[in-house]
Amino acid sequence: MTALSRAASGRVASLLMRSRPWLRNKPVMALVFCSLLIIAAVFGDMIAPYGVTEPDFAASLSPPFWMQDGSNAHLLGTDQLGRDVFSRLIGGARISLITATAAIFVAGTLGALLGLIAGYFGSIPEAVIMRLADAFLALPFILMALALVAALGSGLGNIILVMIFANWARYARLVHSEVLSIKQRDFVTLARIAGVSRMRIAVRHVFPNAINSVAALAALDFGRAIILESSLSFLGLGIQPPDVSWGSMLADGKSEMQFAWWLTVWPGLTILAAVLSFNAVGEWLKGELDPRSML
Amino acid sequence: MSVFVLKRLGQAVVTLLLMTFMIFGLARLTGDPTPLVLPAEATEADRNFFREQYGLDRSLPEQYVIFLRNVTHGDFGISFRYRKPAMEIVATAMRPTLELSAMAMVISILIGLPLGILAAMYRGRWIDRLVDLYSNIGQAVPTFWLGLMLIIAFAITWPIFPSTGYGSPMNFVLPSVTLAFFTSSSITRLTRANMEDVLRSDFVHMERVLGLSQFRIVAKHALRNASLPIVTYLGLQFGLLLGGAIVTERVFAWPGIGQTIVDAILNRDYPIVQAAVLTTALFFILINTVVDILCAALDPRVQR
Repeated sequence: MTALSRAASGRVASLLMRSRPWLRNKPVMALVFCSLLIIAAVFGDMIAPYGVTEPDFAASLSPPFWMQDGSNAHLLGTDQLGRDVFSRLIGGARISLITATAAIFVAGTLGALLGLIAGYFGSIPEAVIMRLADAFLALPFILMALALVAALGSGLGNIILVMIFANWARYARLVHSEVLSIKQRDFVTLARIAGVSRMRIAVRHVFPNAINSVAALAALDFGRAIILESSLSFLGLGIQPPDVSWGSMLADGKSEMQFAWWLTVWPGLTILAAVLSFNAVGEWLKGELDPRSML
Repeated sequence: MSVFVLKRLGQAVVTLLLMTFMIFGLARLTGDPTPLVLPAEATEADRNFFREQYGLDRSLPEQYVIFLRNVTHGDFGISFRYRKPAMEIVATAMRPTLELSAMAMVISILIGLPLGILAAMYRGRWIDRLVDLYSNIGQAVPTFWLGLMLIIAFAITWPIFPSTGYGSPMNFVLPSVTLAFFTSSSITRLTRANMEDVLRSDFVHMERVLGLSQFRIVAKHALRNASLPIVTYLGLQFGLLLGGAIVTERVFAWPGIGQTIVDAILNRDYPIVQAAVLTTALFFILINTVVDILCAALDPRVQR
């Protein structure tokens, strides 16, 4: 970014802060919670007091520690098989973050590349890629995912694949429209006059200018990805045991709702907090990366 | 205008064709369904007869053409599980889903519009902050979890509404409120944004100068100007509600299309999966296309 455009985006940002003062602050709580989730995902095995699938039949369905029959051995209670809910939540963090990160990274890269090809080279590739993207975007996300699960089957790897399929088109469309406008800018024309090859212009000059908006969309997509994965797992079509997911914990807890509220309340609250935090951090990052978009 | 309509219709047809192609491809990707359908003690002759009957012994392009021809006649084959035409089962399930989505739409509008208008009128004040909080939470709560919490609260702790079942008006309350939460929060956001723009425009300023009451300005003039994008958006949201219904139905054992799809996937009943996914996609694409065309008719700028 040149000094001039940096100054311009700084002015835009300050204008923005005057109109929406609460954006000025970093979302501290959200950042803290996101960091905790990442720590839980990476070092889960060391933090969790019990194994994810470790049963303790003597303590089956024990409530959280502050309740009458609760114990300090299982802070947030246990499920039907006596598995520790807190440990399973930590295990679920790993699965959630792995799926979301892998899916968004691959979908973003793939979509951005296809969008770049479509926007920069035009004609036939553009027609094919963008019509395909339209078709993918013309359907509800969950319906698309279900159709794919029906064919591919469930499990961690397939769920990531499904989410890539369901997500790439949004990135392709974004990069396509970005590239169309960047292509018209003077520095691209100048590069062409200077005799730089089309390939090199696309990779060295056009693409880097579109990357910030891709990163901003990716940051905002994180929450969506977490909800989609947990929805599929809740339907019994996502993550399969012995892997644990917040969504499948909810599905397991559903049958015990009358006696054991903690089996449905904790995983749900965790999803809610995770999505709220990632959305807030995403919004903030978007403002930092791509200030124009916030006007 | 007619060019736009034709273009838009063409686009819808392409999308649908792609969908049939995908569904056909996916069904074939899963391999030969014969062992799934026939009992283990079936002879090889039985299996071959079955393959012949379903055209599974033909080449792939041939199979696709047969599939496409059958689909245009609403024939998706016989459900492996129920031994009835798959389309019959899907058609029965469509009604509860449409009812649920329509009910949720009404609730979302009743909540979303007033909240959005209030937030725009009192921009930056505490009421705006509250509404902002509401719409942020609405976007982040997993629909199915909200459903479970409503069941714990209003079916188990205070048994006011039934948690499952279909038929009486009482059955509608929890599922439609669950489904409406997300939609109402996005309608709130959109209404607030549009009202805010309109309230800052010159003619509203003029009306203030002329001494019209705040209520009159908002209700009679501003709302009308803010309504076009909101109406377009409602059409799109209805399509999304169909998608959201899939998960909500699972929570409340609602006998709709979502339950049907999920059950069919779990039982590998592919004719039903194909029929249900294509029918839902058709509804979704139809609604989107009609909304786009209506929108272009109301506001020619949309045609680009």
